[in-house]
Amino acid sequence: MSEGNTEKEKEGAQGPAPGLYVHVPFCRGKCPYCGFHSSTDLTLVPPWLAALEEEAGRYREAFPAFDTLYLGGGTPSLLSLGDLERLLAFVRRLFAFAPGSEITLEANPDDLTPDKLRGYRELGITRLSLGVQSLEDRELRFLGRRHTAAQAEWALNAALTAGFAAVAVDLIYGLPGQSLLTWESTLNRLLAYRPQHLSCYQLTAEAGTILMARLEQGEFALPGEEDGLAFFLFTSEFLGDQGYCHYEVSNFARGQENISRHNRKYWQHVPYLGLGPAAHSFAEGRRWWNQADLTAYLKALARGETPVAGREVLTPEQLRLEALLLGFRTRFGVEVGLLLAAPNGQENLARLRETGLVELSDGLAIPTREGLAVADRLPELFLE
Amino acid sequence: MQQIRNFSIIAHIDHGKSTLADRLIQATIMVPERLRRDQMLDTMDLERERGITIKSNTITLPYVAADGQEYALNLIDTPGHVDFSYEVSRALASCEGVLLLVDASQGVEAQTLANLYLALEHDLAIIPVINKIDLPQADIPGTKEQIRRELGLDPESAVLCSAKEGIGITEVLEAIVRRIPPPRGSPEEPLRALIFDAQYDSFRGTVVSLRLFDGEVRPGDVIRLMSTRATYKVEEVGLFGLSRQPAARLRAGQVGYLIAGIKQVSDTRIGDTITLDARPAAAPLPGFKEVKPVVFASIYPVSNDDYPALADALEKYKLNDASLVYQKDSSAALGQGFRCGFLGLLHLEIVQERLAREFGQSLIMTVPGVRYEFTLTDGTTLAVDNPQHYPDPVKIKETREPYIRASIIIPERYVGAVMKLCLERRGVNPHFINPSPGRVELRYDLPLAEVIIDFYDKLKSVTQGYGSFDYELIGYRPSDLVKLDILLNGEKVDALSMIVHRERAREWAVRVCERLKEEIPRQQFKIAIQGAIGGKVIARETISAFRKDVTAKCYGGDVTRKRKLLERQKEGKKRLKMVGSVTIPQSAFVAVLKTKNE
Repeated sequence: MSEGNTEKEKEGAQGPAPGLYVHVPFCRGKCPYCGFHSSTDLTLVPPWLAALEEEAGRYREAFPAFDTLYLGGGTPSLLSLGDLERLLAFVRRLFAFAPGSEITLEANPDDLTPDKLRGYRELGITRLSLGVQSLEDRELRFLGRRHTAAQAEWALNAALTAGFAAVAVDLIYGLPGQSLLTWESTLNRLLAYRPQHLSCYQLTAEAGTILMARLEQGEFALPGEEDGLAFFLFTSEFLGDQGYCHYEVSNFARGQENISRHNRKYWQHVPYLGLGPAAHSFAEGRRWWNQADLTAYLKALARGETPVAGREVLTPEQLRLEALLLGFRTRFGVEVGLLLAAPNGQENLARLRETGLVELSDGLAIPTREGLAVADRLPELFLE
Repeated sequence: MQQIRNFSIIAHIDHGKSTLADRLIQATIMVPERLRRDQMLDTMDLERERGITIKSNTITLPYVAADGQEYALNLIDTPGHVDFSYEVSRALASCEGVLLLVDASQGVEAQTLANLYLALEHDLAIIPVINKIDLPQADIPGTKEQIRRELGLDPESAVLCSAKEGIGITEVLEAIVRRIPPPRGSPEEPLRALIFDAQYDSFRGTVVSLRLFDGEVRPGDVIRLMSTRATYKVEEVGLFGLSRQPAARLRAGQVGYLIAGIKQVSDTRIGDTITLDARPAAAPLPGFKEVKPVVFASIYPVSNDDYPALADALEKYKLNDASLVYQKDSSAALGQGFRCGFLGLLHLEIVQERLAREFGQSLIMTVPGVRYEFTLTDGTTLAVDNPQHYPDPVKIKETREPYIRASIIIPERYVGAVMKLCLERRGVNPHFINPSPGRVELRYDLPLAEVIIDFYDKLKSVTQGYGSFDYELIGYRPSDLVKLDILLNGEKVDALSMIVHRERAREWAVRVCERLKEEIPRQQFKIAIQGAIGGKVIARETISAFRKDVTAKCYGGDVTRKRKLLERQKEGKKRLKMVGSVTIPQSAFVAVLKTKNE
């Protein structure tokens, strides 16, 4: 069975346009906080590109025109312009894209050069997502990043003047030793560039990472609940004052028009196709995902087999649960009807409003700032 | 029938009953080496773990006596703890005599006497056996004197033995043959057999233990249970060896088992008489002593879906332990359950553990209580063993609660600590007895309600494990009682309500609120925990709400994992109890009962 290649999925195309994600599983080195699979063996780029083309071919005509393409990783900016051109060529050949599509590429500051930025523009990249993470050298070293604050500022400046429709910046906060003051200073310096989009992630030690091992050995401590909340609320308020809307737990846009069109699809059950190792796809109430390991992914496709490692068909209740857990993380909110389907729905919704965690607007329950801070605990109030 | 002897061993706890039973078995039956172990009659794991006998078990010992004749000695084992006197009484009704075991180093104890009275009630031959004569501290003349003075028995009739060392075992066996009369009754008369025990066997259905007084029964016979008039066809009869041994028939005087396809567990009633349908007996055998529960608690399945399974387990359990009484109960917080009456604390614990081990039931047990008495303003008297039935306070004229006389034996150095404990528990009327140098027996009158929760644990802790505790009920006394309610966000948790003495109410309220604060996880909203009498709040705790709990990232690859987490929560939710909007874990109900580790 070839995934997605059914009549049913063609029908699923009638709503909002789907998004396309391509996973670039290569990194120059492993960041200590990152839990993703990645390879540092760049000789695998050509076979990966070949496999990707093979995989993309399997979905030819399965989806209507996409209106977003997201090149994520890993580190997509590690790819040479030539490799990137090849990739975009077969993607464009095999799939249709709506006019004005958002095409995002994730980049590390240390990979960028004026030539590369110009090349990206020429290849049609409209949105550059820059992994700045911090503007403090001490913090960048702690995070194991290979760029300095100065490099990051250069890259920011270069990207913003290169003519992209939007530059998005990733930041990490809640680092050991970081105070609200140092965080405010980082944000202030960054906001001088007025990027269109900001992702501010609170540092989390994930299982199996070097960061977790070091945390467990007591090398440092991460902020507790109250400090974490203080960072979270401060970030939200500070960026709000600067004209950035806090539209998802960790995401801020300089005006509604700068909300990540692609990521929004993940949060609103809009269909998306993911290509490459570990990529997830969703369409017509079905989800499937590829082998996370690059070698396994390559092997499968080399043998003419599917790289899909797992799939699930979601029941209406599962879709409802996902709508809750995704919706409570965003200011797009949750349809009130989905909440009232739960036994204590009415009562719990009323209490969330009384306690200021949720507000109602146009039949939607929308988490407030305080509500976003406890978003992971809200869905459980509406279990059947 | 002249070659049959039916007997029991009765003793105070720890006086060596199980060891003596083992020796008697070893002396008469060739026990294969692989089956040989301590406490052969105690088949339940729980019994061997605790070193006590809970259920009565029966075994037939073939014995060739000094007179050259072969006898069948039916040893009907009995439990030794005060809680289990009903089991003792059932076993004794099937015997003609008993071995009354006394520890030569400890002498006659409270339970020795209680068991003696039971044996006398059943008009049984009594053979005093002085055990542990090998111990250096054994005092044989002193023990004999106690047997004469305190038991009123002939001390020279006592058999001396050491079950541990195997001394005097033949003498015990000979005494059983010579001094316990053979059963009376006639095989020719219509069948009359007493059901003194029953077990549920998942392959065979109900296995009834019975003592035949008259007549005989064979496979193929149609029997009738005299109380219900239900009839069954007998599939198998047999004797108790180390395991069940099928036989062609059972005759008057014998003790054995019967399997008759009795599927409905509730159809078998301990104490009922079995007769033959074709030739029924004119009257049933005299019944058993009525069971009087003294400790009460409600049990609920952890998940409401398991209620039918719990009902079924209780029914099967009851077959095997007639002393448990129960009826349906329900709670707004915990759903459908049962109010149970237990013979005592040990009994309560054992029921709980056996339901868990043998029937796989996970339970929530509410705070145990006692049966209180109320005289109302209209002159009527009311017995209340469930706080949910507490009468309207304005109509109460007088309240009374049951008292016990506790007997606590401890080394002298702990007297101060134990007195303090007893005073905290509203103990009155202390007496000191010095049974032997260095040891003190403290007697206190204590409200039963004060000992049913963690008294024994506390006692063990203040005496570093040296305290022994026994009690007897001494009746009701006036007492100033109130009903304490626990509220979560203003809603009453009915399963946590309790009836307490007014002076102890605040202490309890504080303790329960503290425990709940520890056990109830933080939730999306602030939780107020209150203890209240009527509308008056006497204790309060607050659990703050979550402030920050959200993962930083959630993209395509994270959704499934997060949803699965939620689905697991949904599954787990069945096992959580809701009061209003507050989720209470099962552990919270258990925690309020536990002694805090100080």
